[in-house]
Amino acid sequence: MAVTEEKVEGLVFHPMDQFTVKPLFGGTEIHWFTPTNATLWMALTALAVIALLVFGTRGRAIIPSRSQSIAELMYGMVRKMVEDITGKEGLKYFPYIMTLFCFILFANALALLPMSFSSTSQIAVTAVLAMMVFVGVTVLGFVKNGTHFLGLFWVSSAPALMRPVLAVIELISYFVRPVSHSIRLAGNIMAGHAVMKVFAAFGAVAALAPVSILAIVGVYALEVLVVTIQAYVFTILTCVYLKDALHPSH
Amino acid sequence: MENLGQLGQYLGAGLACIGMAGAAMGVGNVAGNYLSGALRNPSAAASQTATLFIGMAFAEALGIFSFLVALLLLFAV
Amino acid sequence: MISLLQQTAPVVVEESETVIITEHGAEAAAAHGADAAHAAAGAAGHAASAPGMPQLDITTFGNQIFWLLVVLAVIYWVLSRVALPRIGGVISDRQGAITGDLMAAEEFKQKAKDAEAAYDKALADARAEASKIVAANKAEIQKELDAAIAHADAEIAARAVESEKRIGEIRASAVEDARSVAREVTEALVQSFGGNADQGLINAAVDQRLKGALQ
Repeated sequence: MAVTEEKVEGLVFHPMDQFTVKPLFGGTEIHWFTPTNATLWMALTALAVIALLVFGTRGRAIIPSRSQSIAELMYGMVRKMVEDITGKEGLKYFPYIMTLFCFILFANALALLPMSFSSTSQIAVTAVLAMMVFVGVTVLGFVKNGTHFLGLFWVSSAPALMRPVLAVIELISYFVRPVSHSIRLAGNIMAGHAVMKVFAAFGAVAALAPVSILAIVGVYALEVLVVTIQAYVFTILTCVYLKDALHPSH
Repeated sequence: MENLGQLGQYLGAGLACIGMAGAAMGVGNVAGNYLSGALRNPSAAASQTATLFIGMAFAEALGIFSFLVALLLLFAV
Repeated sequence: MISLLQQTAPVVVEESETVIITEHGAEAAAAHGADAAHAAAGAAGHAASAPGMPQLDITTFGNQIFWLLVVLAVIYWVLSRVALPRIGGVISDRQGAITGDLMAAEEFKQKAKDAEAAYDKALADARAEASKIVAANKAEIQKELDAAIAHADAEIAARAVESEKRIGEIRASAVEDARSVAREVTEALVQSFGGNADQGLINAAVDQRLKGALQ
């Protein structure tokens, strides 16, 4: 609060303003149904996913077009990831994992457009994504394996004396999972965008402007990498958690 | 007095950023060890990229936590 | 101003949990008998911007979560109903097409191999046939040649015999001529010497002389 309002030698820093959720059609009240800029950019994300995966593949060509190759590449990558990590029985959950991957990838990518709103930088959004995975995986673990699922926390290969200690550590690390899962994504995106905004603010000083532009180009390139890697990491961690639920042997 | 509070905020935010150095070393360590292992046994490298990314993500998450603490100190206290 | 905002920020966040922002918040704050300056600052703070980190503004959470769930449901529905079956179908189709093509290619290869074998066989047959024909022709020609040679030989022999005979005749007539000439010369010589030429004696003497010369 203090810093956003502050002026430092004529430079105005508003690195966090870009994350503000605003109603689209005027007004200041935000009800749960109000269309906001978050709504707009999440809807655009959905449209982009549909555009690539549905309209891009409408040719059903044996020799794929460009968009179809990209769609097939994503499909193949996520499917292989799910199959490699969770095994054959994990393929049942492939559509949901693909949904997560597509949503995060496209939300991240669209957030890189100037003047856009980055949905995945919102803790609320990533926390819901991570909690859905966490709750889903925990419920699935108990449904599939019953109390045997608790074996995940009981490291039977460790010395008997160490087991209770390890169980506490495992339990804590299990419950920290959704926290790190969500904050990793939101933090990465937020950090990149805030850093770009800070460099952009330096552009107001003529002497610093070229450095500022170069720095923004560099950070932007890094962000393009981060966008993909974070979507990949979120998906792969989901697969790893799913594997724990399906095969809780430690 | 409020200046003292601000001082604490800024100092804390700056100190929290030191945590990112640890994350940087961690990520560098993961990547470097992966590379040296991959150069010794290139045939096994491709199968371990997923592990590489998971390890990097875990190491990086802690840096992000320290960054978050800095942001919270700056903007949310 | 800064210090005021800082002080009021927690108050505003607390209020926003129960009452939705701005005028309402200000009225509620006033209604609660809070400081007028606090209420004004709170209202101003909200109008200017959300609290420090917009991500922690709880009033927007319900909205974001609702729309996120809507968007996720839409993507999930579209992916599981349309996109993923289609892409999976296309990929397996392609796999099938590739396998089919490979099998067809194998078949064609086999066919080509068969055709090559047939061609080789035909070529060998033709060669054998040709050599047979050549041999047959050769034999025929040889036969004709042999017959012609035999014929020619026979003719040559016949002609040689005839020639021999004629040469013999010529030789015999030449001997006879020489003998008659010798007899006449001998008779003339004997008569010129004044002798009486006895035909019988002369013939005997000439024959005796000629025996050594003409044989």
